[in-house]
Amino acid sequence: MSRKKSEKIINKNGIRVDGRKLDELRPVKLEVGVLGNADGSAYIEQGKNKILAAVYGPHEVHPKHLALPDRALIRCRYHMAPFSVEERKHPAPSRREIELSKVVREALEPSVFVEYYPRTSIDVFTEVLQADGGTRCASITVASLALADAGIPMRDLVVACAAGKVDGHLVLDLTDIEDKNDEADVPVALMPNFNAITLLQMDGELASNEFEKVVNMALDGCKQLYTLQKEALKSKYVAVKEEVEE
Amino acid sequence: MSSVMVARIKQKRIAELISKEMRLDGRGIKDYREVNLEMGVVERAEGSARVRLGKTEVMVGTKIEVGEPFSDVPDQGVLTVNAELVPLASPTFEPGPPDENSIELARVIDRGIRWSKAIALEELCAVPGKKAFIVFVDVYVLNHDGNLIDASALASLAALLNTKMRKYEVKDGEVELKSGYTQLPVRNHPVAVTFAKINDKLVVDPSLEEEQIMDARLTITTGKDGKICAIQKGGYGYFTKEQIFEAAKIAEEKAEQLRKLVVKD
Repeated sequence: MSRKKSEKIINKNGIRVDGRKLDELRPVKLEVGVLGNADGSAYIEQGKNKILAAVYGPHEVHPKHLALPDRALIRCRYHMAPFSVEERKHPAPSRREIELSKVVREALEPSVFVEYYPRTSIDVFTEVLQADGGTRCASITVASLALADAGIPMRDLVVACAAGKVDGHLVLDLTDIEDKNDEADVPVALMPNFNAITLLQMDGELASNEFEKVVNMALDGCKQLYTLQKEALKSKYVAVKEEVEE
Repeated sequence: MSSVMVARIKQKRIAELISKEMRLDGRGIKDYREVNLEMGVVERAEGSARVRLGKTEVMVGTKIEVGEPFSDVPDQGVLTVNAELVPLASPTFEPGPPDENSIELARVIDRGIRWSKAIALEELCAVPGKKAFIVFVDVYVLNHDGNLIDASALASLAALLNTKMRKYEVKDGEVELKSGYTQLPVRNHPVAVTFAKINDKLVVDPSLEEEQIMDARLTITTGKDGKICAIQKGGYGYFTKEQIFEAAKIAEEKAEQLRKLVVKD
């Protein structure tokens, strides 16, 4: 990070290093049902982020004492591949990954009818293959699709997106370089049909009026992504339908 | 972490009271429990403080060591926050390496201190790229009765304000400590305010029983200028946008009141 303070990440016309406008998402590619063994799986590319998600379950809990008598236990692992970042990341879970596994789980759980499957576990794995900022949000977006693909009854999909403040501008969907030079970063997860915010974090410094703008911006991003999420889920079944009809 | 059981009848009572904006312990839903603060409770530590928030009790000690700065910020000191949920503090705390709850606690405190620029880290570098001071903030939970985040954040701030550094000289690229102390440069005063959502109402400073039945938790940390510097949502429920913005307003007011207990001007 030899970048000097004087360099700007956003030029005077409000165009970002990757050519995006301030309130523009990165290009997103979503695919559902990409892994053979998993009960449900999905893949996301959001800019340079590449993340795989797999869901196993509901199945018997190991170790057994963790089983909950009245609902399913959701376990979640957010993990980054050693080669996913500039400098090799040690494969053991870092403190950051342990925290993110927790917040990703808490973001997804409100959407799942956990009470339908007492004494079982639903295991959600997300592997970040390449990281470029906003991986926790992309992990939630893709993990929710994998849960849906596993056929687990859900109230809604969960979709997540970050917004923040860079060079004094409020921006949507920060990349890694923007994130490292930002004044604030606010990841938000949303269940769109309930207007329910299931993840909210922030680091940075924002006055309360700016904070409200940033949250609204992130929610708009979530709504755009939600459309793509639904399309991805449908397109898998359109493909299946065509196969059956042939 | 396994949880302490709250009887159904009590759960119902707590929820009923909260829907009438009342609480089991007689507080209003926006009231903190009594806060008791002591500073300088451990002489060996460079700085220390103990906060009692009702029956919740947290001790924070700071230590300062000479070490290497991070390569991406070679001209700054280092801040490290760790939290221990000590087994003596609750039947649900177990010995062993930090679990996700203690890691989350430490990282939320860390974000508040770091992003409010509470410590002037740029003044803690002795030899750029080679020698810098590392500020260790160790949060020690001694009794768990809910809202560990706010108690820990307050105790951490108090401990930092109480922290003394040895005077030093740089000779041939080495740091030599001298006699005498200076105050750790503290520039901002981040204070965390935590809400529990119970019966669709925001409840400030949840007790342990309230935490057991809450749908979700929201912590908002603000600096002395009223700017928000850290947020963390927790728990298996959700918040609406309106609730979040309401919480941000309340957090600013409550933080100002709490700050006055620690920062005497």
